[in-house]
Amino acid sequence: MADNADKNVMGTHPDKPIIRIIDMHKWFDNFHVLNGINLDVKRGERIVICGPSGSGKSTLIRCINRLEEHHKGQVIVDGIEMTNDLKKIEKIRREVGMVFQQFNLFPHLTILENVTLGPIWAKKLPKAEAEKQAMAYLERVKVAEQAKKYPGQLSGGQQQRVAIARSLCMQPKIMLFDEVTSALDPEMVKEVLDVMIELARAGMTMIVVTHEMGFAKTVAHRVVFMDMGRIIEENTPREFFEHPRHERTRLFLSQILH
Amino acid sequence: MMAAASEEEKIMERPITQIGVLGWIRANLFNSPLNSIITVGLLYFLWKVIPPFVNWFLINSVWSGAPAQCRAADGACWAFIREKIRFILFGFFPYEDQWRPLTSVLILVSILIYSRNRRHWNRRLIYFWALSLAAILILMMGGILGLKPVSYERWGGLPLTLFISIGGIVGAYPLGILLALGRRSKMIAIKTFCIFYIELIRGVPLISVLFMSSVMFPLLLPEGFVVNKLLRAQAAIILFTAPYIAEVVRGGLQAIPRGQYEAAASLSLNYYQTLRRVVLPQALKIIIPPTVNHFVGVVRDSSLLLIIALLDLLNTTKTALTDTRWLGFSTEAYIFAALIYFIICYSMAHYSRRLERELDTREQGSKRRLDG
Repeated sequence: MADNADKNVMGTHPDKPIIRIIDMHKWFDNFHVLNGINLDVKRGERIVICGPSGSGKSTLIRCINRLEEHHKGQVIVDGIEMTNDLKKIEKIRREVGMVFQQFNLFPHLTILENVTLGPIWAKKLPKAEAEKQAMAYLERVKVAEQAKKYPGQLSGGQQQRVAIARSLCMQPKIMLFDEVTSALDPEMVKEVLDVMIELARAGMTMIVVTHEMGFAKTVAHRVVFMDMGRIIEENTPREFFEHPRHERTRLFLSQILH
Repeated sequence: MMAAASEEEKIMERPITQIGVLGWIRANLFNSPLNSIITVGLLYFLWKVIPPFVNWFLINSVWSGAPAQCRAADGACWAFIREKIRFILFGFFPYEDQWRPLTSVLILVSILIYSRNRRHWNRRLIYFWALSLAAILILMMGGILGLKPVSYERWGGLPLTLFISIGGIVGAYPLGILLALGRRSKMIAIKTFCIFYIELIRGVPLISVLFMSSVMFPLLLPEGFVVNKLLRAQAAIILFTAPYIAEVVRGGLQAIPRGQYEAAASLSLNYYQTLRRVVLPQALKIIIPPTVNHFVGVVRDSSLLLIIALLDLLNTTKTALTDTRWLGFSTEAYIFAALIYFIICYSMAHYSRRLERELDTREQGSKRRLDG
């Protein structure tokens, strides 16, 4: 594990988890979508969450940056407990980047405007500085030459890489990925996964909801399996794939690994 | 590296689908018995209608002279328009000072034309507008710079129609946006007020709003307190148009996918930033066609000002018709007025299509932007 590299970033509390989720519950109307979730994530840790559709995995990571509100229990991100306080929510969102299944780029803005929007308006960075930094990130995800184009003029894979750069421009401590390759044509999945692997190598704390089990095997420190709003099983990728402990995990794995 | 292969490969040409004028006529106008009958019928109708109209409009028309000459002729009496054009355009504005409203209109049209270009949308444009409006106000009101003061009650015709229309549009658009946002607000008092206001105004005709502003509103004011009738009419038009704009804006807001809000939120943008940078630019672009529809409606609605005795363009036209020496030329007068309204409204529609094209960022093929 990349422990040594990560120590620099860890600051004063190397062992204190950057995300703590304690007995969290959430309901959609009467549907108990998250049922007592406990999850700690250390700095620099990479977690893959998988599970059947409707198991609550997307909802879980959306609770981490308050795109969904939890109804019971605690979510603590980088020492800040998530409440209804808008100032706290905005502060946490500056620390937590998120990439979506449907890219959600802003279609009326150029690529460069897309990735500088957050830094300029939320972080009050001067425009020139924001653009310089943005170009560096666009370079890193290999779409720098598209900076003047609009999202609609890019392929799905390119758009998703721009979306990753857009989040990185906020210089977050944590990155959430919500099924980011599910909406892509098959030939574009790899270019996005490559960017994510590169990001993992650099020591980013990542929580990735995905069905890409190859990605889980190469990158994850831990795989978390969810079903019916609960965490059923969590383990290292090797143990998880080779010796799944629960019947439901085995069933799920047999369905996705042909 | 595939050069050898591609040389041998025959490029398949797209088959020719265009087959000349005759081919087009056959394919589009005579491709079935019914279509042939309709085509022939329409041609006959046009043959019956167009030549007499051209005769009346142009060939037999009278372009100058006295009423008697007009009555003697078969055609249109454009001499009437020639005689009355200054009254129709400027109403009762003092005759020798009518260069003032004329200049005002020219300034207004110039600044509007200048504002069409999106490259001019910057801080300087605001100064230009402020300057133009100040100049127009001075020209119309007078009282300084040696200009004779002219009461707004003598304003009329084209300037009045333009001022009220543009004022109505400029006032109703932001108010409509605020109402639409208010209607979606989570704050129950604001939401209730906005819904109540929108539904109330949409449920009554403009005439009643105008009457209220001119008849009832002054009754509510303290004794001796008078609000300019023109301003009241302007307020009435704005307050009447805003709810329609609001409903259009609401439609635009609903068309923005939730993912856009979520992406903005994940970038830590606050409510105002999300609206200003992400949601409104997209929503307002989508609703350009229906918005312009309502803007054109404002121009046409301004002709209702006649019922509260303001002399807009249509009312000056009607008044011109009451001249006993020139009775009976209403067709010509209304054609002339209609032409002016058409020019104003068509320019707006035309510009809105251009703006839509320019703001279209969807694909390479449909890209036709002015800036690089």
